[in-house]
Amino acid sequence: MTLLALDALHKSFGAAVAVDGVSLTVHRGEIVCLLGPSGCGKTTLLRLVAGLEEPDSGSISFDGRSLDGVPPRDRGFGLMFQDLALFPHMDVLGNVSFGLRMQKHPKDEAARRVERLLEMVDLAGFGRRKVHQLSGGERQRVALARSLAPGPRLLMLDEPLGSLDRSLRESLQVQVRSILKEVGVTAIYVTHDRDEAFAMSDRMVVMERGAVVQAGAPEDMFRAPASELVARSLGLRNAMPGTMTRSRVETRVECALGALVVDSVDQPAHDGRVLVLIDERRALPRPAADARGADPNHVRGVVESRRFHAGEIEVLVRVGPNRKALACLLQPDSANLSEGDQVSVTIPPDAIRLIAAR
Amino acid sequence: MTLTPRRILILLPLAYLALFFVYPLLAILGRSLDGSAFGLDPFVRLLGDSYYLGRIWFTTWQAAVSTLLTLAVGLPVAYLFARREFPGKTALKAVSTVPFVMPTIVVATGFVALLGSRGLLNTFLMDIFGLESPPIRVANTLALILAAHAFYNYAIVVRIVSAFWANVDPSAEESAAMLGAGRIRAFLHVTLPILMPAIVSSALLAFAFSFTSFGVILVLGGPEFATLEVSIYELAARLFRLELAAALAIVQMAFTYVFLLVYAWLQRRASVPVGIVPREAVARPARRAGETVLVFALALGVLVLLSPLLSLVERAASVGGGYSLDHFRGLFSNERGSYFYLSPVMIVWNSLRFAGAAMVVSLAVGAVSAYFLSRPRRRGTSAADALFMMPLGVSALIMGFGFLVAFNRGPIDLRGSWVILVAAHSLLAYPFVIRTLLPVLRGLPPALREAAAILGASPVRAFLHVDLPIISRALLVGAAFAFAVSMGEFGASLLLVRPEFATMPVAIFRLLSQPGEANLGQALAMSSLLMAVVALGFAAIERFRYRDVGGF
Repeated sequence: MTLLALDALHKSFGAAVAVDGVSLTVHRGEIVCLLGPSGCGKTTLLRLVAGLEEPDSGSISFDGRSLDGVPPRDRGFGLMFQDLALFPHMDVLGNVSFGLRMQKHPKDEAARRVERLLEMVDLAGFGRRKVHQLSGGERQRVALARSLAPGPRLLMLDEPLGSLDRSLRESLQVQVRSILKEVGVTAIYVTHDRDEAFAMSDRMVVMERGAVVQAGAPEDMFRAPASELVARSLGLRNAMPGTMTRSRVETRVECALGALVVDSVDQPAHDGRVLVLIDERRALPRPAADARGADPNHVRGVVESRRFHAGEIEVLVRVGPNRKALACLLQPDSANLSEGDQVSVTIPPDAIRLIAAR
Repeated sequence: MTLTPRRILILLPLAYLALFFVYPLLAILGRSLDGSAFGLDPFVRLLGDSYYLGRIWFTTWQAAVSTLLTLAVGLPVAYLFARREFPGKTALKAVSTVPFVMPTIVVATGFVALLGSRGLLNTFLMDIFGLESPPIRVANTLALILAAHAFYNYAIVVRIVSAFWANVDPSAEESAAMLGAGRIRAFLHVTLPILMPAIVSSALLAFAFSFTSFGVILVLGGPEFATLEVSIYELAARLFRLELAAALAIVQMAFTYVFLLVYAWLQRRASVPVGIVPREAVARPARRAGETVLVFALALGVLVLLSPLLSLVERAASVGGGYSLDHFRGLFSNERGSYFYLSPVMIVWNSLRFAGAAMVVSLAVGAVSAYFLSRPRRRGTSAADALFMMPLGVSALIMGFGFLVAFNRGPIDLRGSWVILVAAHSLLAYPFVIRTLLPVLRGLPPALREAAAILGASPVRAFLHVDLPIISRALLVGAAFAFAVSMGEFGASLLLVRPEFATMPVAIFRLLSQPGEANLGQALAMSSLLMAVVALGFAAIERFRYRDVGGF
């Protein structure tokens, strides 16, 4: 059931267009992740929904009612700021209870609620600590508790874990998601980190240059990314545009790597413009001298970088006249390549996936 | 334009300025320039005269040098108060601001009592080394004028810079240290740029005071050190060339406005949102022995700075060869049966209530103006900022006459009313509130207000719960300054007020202008009393806390 509906929102600051015609719906109880590179308009979109900025055109409605002219304090939303914006002159209790005090909740009820929230974020007994005495992760959790305390109808989180180190971020992602689900709050979560988006979201929205490029469940988007940019945002590095042609003998695709033969099963129904995705685990680079001319789909290139990452060797090969980058993941024992080596990369036809361009 | 509450609020300082600044200024300037045919004639005469060009040049450079000297004295003391905890800090802080409040004539007397040929220091040196003649001769030298300016104004630097410094997150400095910067380089490259808005703020005030310096020059300097303000006084009061005096006052204002514009522009460029942390997270007790020595030396330096005033107290308490309280007792008796006699209790009460009223008005006008000026990315902010500071750059003499002309008959008749005095005092005091508040307001992260709004706070409640606690410290500093300016104000009080409203500086002046050793002694006794009242007032303001938020 639709709770929040954005319709054709536009917002510019002078000549810079920040949000360019965004339409989006969020359902009750859902966690939606806005994923996109920094500067793509995610934060501005949140500020529009929060009422901190006014849209140039378009409308925002919540639970069927327009939010036009409703000031931030009357929207009943929560926002966790990128730099947290904790009140430096209050202790943890003062920060978390601020929203309840503004709503004039009875004192003892507010105190109980704050106590419960602090327990939920693992900060029981921290009430009297000053903000400057807390660690980064503790501050993050105080900010989360503060934004949850007044019981917001919608919670927005603007890169809330951005400043933390990886391991802390990963453990907090799990904690934050379970808290949001426990409270049952509808949430919009902004991030530029795809792993965080996968970990947090029920549904993902990829933004580019102020516009929504694709929205859907993470696994659906993974299966059929709408564009090269979406594919890259999802971590599919070997994505490029191409043109598919089918003959009686075989199916081929013309792309930056040259002409490649592809498996004819499961490919788009019609010839023409496609998005080419190559499985990085199955593209196999070998020293150029070992190349066997008989195989289809070799491309020649130069190794640009080689690094050990999460138990695998990641090799980046520059291919063709445009020096197109091709990423290959290899088992550690199989690769004897180093930077600058001339290689020939073999791409099995069934490692190539084509998606009809939209 | 619709009338939002915000726009109505900004009308308050504008109406105040129009009534108590622009109107009297136009009244006196209009009247003075009335006789000249084209109105431009006096300006042509002034700017064609190498004497007055020389005065403009002298006024400017002596103000610049005085400001540098003031910063050199004030910054180390600001550091001491901002970053170190030591016993007696509150008291030392309260006392260190006293010079700023002293009427010129008292300070001059203090300097003479310390450095004059029969002063404490010379007598002491002559005794020790068996000298025939006093070794220190500073009477009527430029050095003495510059020293007096620094003495007057260093408290401005101390207060404004230390208030800002005390809440600056030290992590930037610490990270500079981690990056291999020595203490001095960390200070020059990290701390100094962060402090720049506050330093520029206080430097501007010091500059404005030195630029329009009058009393110091009149008492301690000679004719060769005349500033524009002194020249205006000469033209108006001695030569009765009112049109030239008015023209020179306008030239002075034009110069001030240009300085203010440059300053406001610099200030806006310099201000960056800095991490604001409570001062308990910043100040630390001196740890290593070397640091203790440093703190001790700085504290001692403050005492040396105060020595002219201490020697003044010493003289107030000396009768004949020994010490007694005779001069203080003398204040309470009206021996000559004067009609104008007021008991010291009444005089202190006058000073306190006028200062209290001026403080309230200055806080209201200054805080609203500062809020207006702190909003980012607005055209004309620099021009408006400079305009709000103009009362500091206008000849006090011209302004005083303006008040007389403007409010002595209809439509606005304030003859003999205390309102006129509070207006004059607050006009000189509210710029301090603006200057102390602006650096803090511009450093306040906008996200804090937004967070409060999202958590359901109305603008008023967001202000009360978020802004006010954080700016309360700066507001108190502004209040202390407003109080100080009013307590020490002398010229306007003398010109504008009825005898029964006499304030402490006026009483000091009256005693000094009567002959006799006893009157001088009583004047010094009254000066000592003024110092005590001001120091106590500061200590009281320092103790005030808003909602117990700790050191903000």
